[in-house]
Amino acid sequence: MPNKQFTILVCQGTGCISGESQQIHSSLEKEISGRALSEGIQIKRTGCHGFCQRGPLVVVEPEGIFYSKVQPDDIPDIIQSLLLHGKPVERLLYRDPHSGEPVPYYRNILFYLRQQRLVLRNCGNIDPENIEDYLATGGYQALGKALLKMTSGQIINEVSRSGLRGLGGAGFPTGQKWEACYKAEGSEKYVICNADEGDPGAFQDRSVMEGDPHSVLEGMIIAAFAVGARRGFIYVRAEYPLAVKRLGIAIAQAEEKGFLGSNILNSGFDFDVGIFQGAGAFVCGESTALVQSIEGNRGFPKPLPRPRTTEVGLWDKPTLLNNVKTFANIPLIIARGSDWFASHGTEKNKGTAIFSLTGKVANCGLIEVPMGTKLREIIYDIGGGIPEGKDFKAVQTGGPSGGCLPASLLDMPVDFDSLTAAGSMMGSGGMVVMDENTCMVDVARYFLDFTQRESCGQCIPCRVGTKQMFDVLDDIAKGQGKPEDIELLLELAESVASTSLCALGQTAPNPVLTTIRYFRHEYEAHINEKRCPAGVCQALVSEAGAH
Amino acid sequence: MDELEEEQLRDILSYYKGKKGELIPIMLEVQANFGYLPGEAIQLIADFLNIAEGQVYSVASFYAKLRLLPLGRQQVTVCRGTACHIRGAPQILKEIEKAIGINEGDTSCDLEYTLETVACIGCCALAPCLRVNTNVHGEMTPEKARQLFPASSKGEQDAQ
Repeated sequence: MPNKQFTILVCQGTGCISGESQQIHSSLEKEISGRALSEGIQIKRTGCHGFCQRGPLVVVEPEGIFYSKVQPDDIPDIIQSLLLHGKPVERLLYRDPHSGEPVPYYRNILFYLRQQRLVLRNCGNIDPENIEDYLATGGYQALGKALLKMTSGQIINEVSRSGLRGLGGAGFPTGQKWEACYKAEGSEKYVICNADEGDPGAFQDRSVMEGDPHSVLEGMIIAAFAVGARRGFIYVRAEYPLAVKRLGIAIAQAEEKGFLGSNILNSGFDFDVGIFQGAGAFVCGESTALVQSIEGNRGFPKPLPRPRTTEVGLWDKPTLLNNVKTFANIPLIIARGSDWFASHGTEKNKGTAIFSLTGKVANCGLIEVPMGTKLREIIYDIGGGIPEGKDFKAVQTGGPSGGCLPASLLDMPVDFDSLTAAGSMMGSGGMVVMDENTCMVDVARYFLDFTQRESCGQCIPCRVGTKQMFDVLDDIAKGQGKPEDIELLLELAESVASTSLCALGQTAPNPVLTTIRYFRHEYEAHINEKRCPAGVCQALVSEAGAH
Repeated sequence: MDELEEEQLRDILSYYKGKKGELIPIMLEVQANFGYLPGEAIQLIADFLNIAEGQVYSVASFYAKLRLLPLGRQQVTVCRGTACHIRGAPQILKEIEKAIGINEGDTSCDLEYTLETVACIGCCALAPCLRVNTNVHGEMTPEKARQLFPASSKGEQDAQ
């Protein structure tokens, strides 16, 4: 029996579950009870640990031994190595993509080493289905401080001073939004957590809800107290059943502990939260469309000019709507203070940014870095560079609303303002790396296919314009492009961006604009030489082969 | 819908208050029980919420998740997210269309398979991925896709 207490953390995020991590957990339980080791070894099911690509993940604390691609058959060896205080099981260790050397402790893996985990502080470390775990990390202490020692004005002031900007993508100052909702007239107000993470290539909201649901709830309750709301909703995307389940458990546990419901912590403040499941419409990430959806309507954004949701929102009442990660930051800001929070990031972009780092990069997963970190550091240090010795071509941020940035911008700091200046945006935080085998015309075509499918159809520029842009891109990809098509795309982009009703249409041209801006030569190769330099566009590849 | 199913539907509705804001939650729950939204159910939901039947159809047809036709026993959902796309999702989709003998958006006549795509499953680090009912399969290759759906399981009746 080891005299030391070990904790074995088994990741139960959606990614690791797809690798059968639930069976790993049951094998562990069997092995440990079979050997009568439950005194010395504790097993814990956690949310997403971030390095999904290497899953299923098992971490042994306190040492922090990091096992990747674990299978149920590996469990006896892992236990054996623990009992003998021996070397970690080498075949399961992560290997540095450059040196090939095994790295036993996750703290030494570049993927984790260069990160700064504030929002993801508990993800992968606590059991998301057990409120005691969250309480043990200091959870709900910020709620106590806010409700019992602070006024609305003080809370809003603290959030404003922290410099936190909305992490749903647009980066609107959070404190300013809270202030507007607080000042809005009416005694009935609502707080909504926007968890309709619809951007393809982004999964950080899902991971936070699956891995640390109480941090989101705590942030929402503090927000509700600050603006004077008594009812809240979490609008979760239908594709995230595990997040819905864990949020449901978290709400029930918080109610039981008196953090939700009536007279919270004897402060006299009442607040209830319900989960509202979306039904699969990308446009519902837009605040007015989301509100329509909760009201039981088609998700049509409200026509312009429209008052702000903070004044006329759900059921025409003042409504505060923030993203999952924005709420998850609130307990930190209240507990540690705005000065502490503002010490992270850059002058105008405070705190951290969370990205789903995926695509043609060695280390895929969920990462969190200070605002202002360079793209190069994210892709080459944390991401481990491009696999198979291929060349980097572009990095796509911001999903269908963002753009593709070329190698010349790798030293750009990543924050709201720099990304927007480069023609892309932070968006919901997808970061997809592309190599020499990715065709930029195909990528633009892919995104326009997405937006024209997801356009709600209400306003003409978006409904018709995105389809027209898609058709032109489709022609180019099929080798039927005409020399004037690039100018036509730019003209269409201008009209769609400037006249669409909501952000879906206004930002839909970004993937086309950035690929033309930075990779015009690829368009020209398709149009003038009938050639796809990356070898992706089928029609052009087979035609070249036929000659 | 037979009597038993209608009874089941009325039981579902009895947990709601009859407010219009409950429309989407009701439809999702009915669909979770019946697999889709049968015409008779739409009518009963409309009566329950005191709104026009057309209004229910309007909302049902707007959201990708809501279905007006029955689905196959095995719902195969191929992710067409960005990471999956650049790692070969279009080839995976083609392979599965070939393996189970139906196209994207279709249900086989024997109601064994429904093949759909989705904007993103959120398993981007394991791209390309797909889902069969609730099980996610990551790091797909055309070979792995063929193994998931051996040729013998092809919806035979579909060919007729």
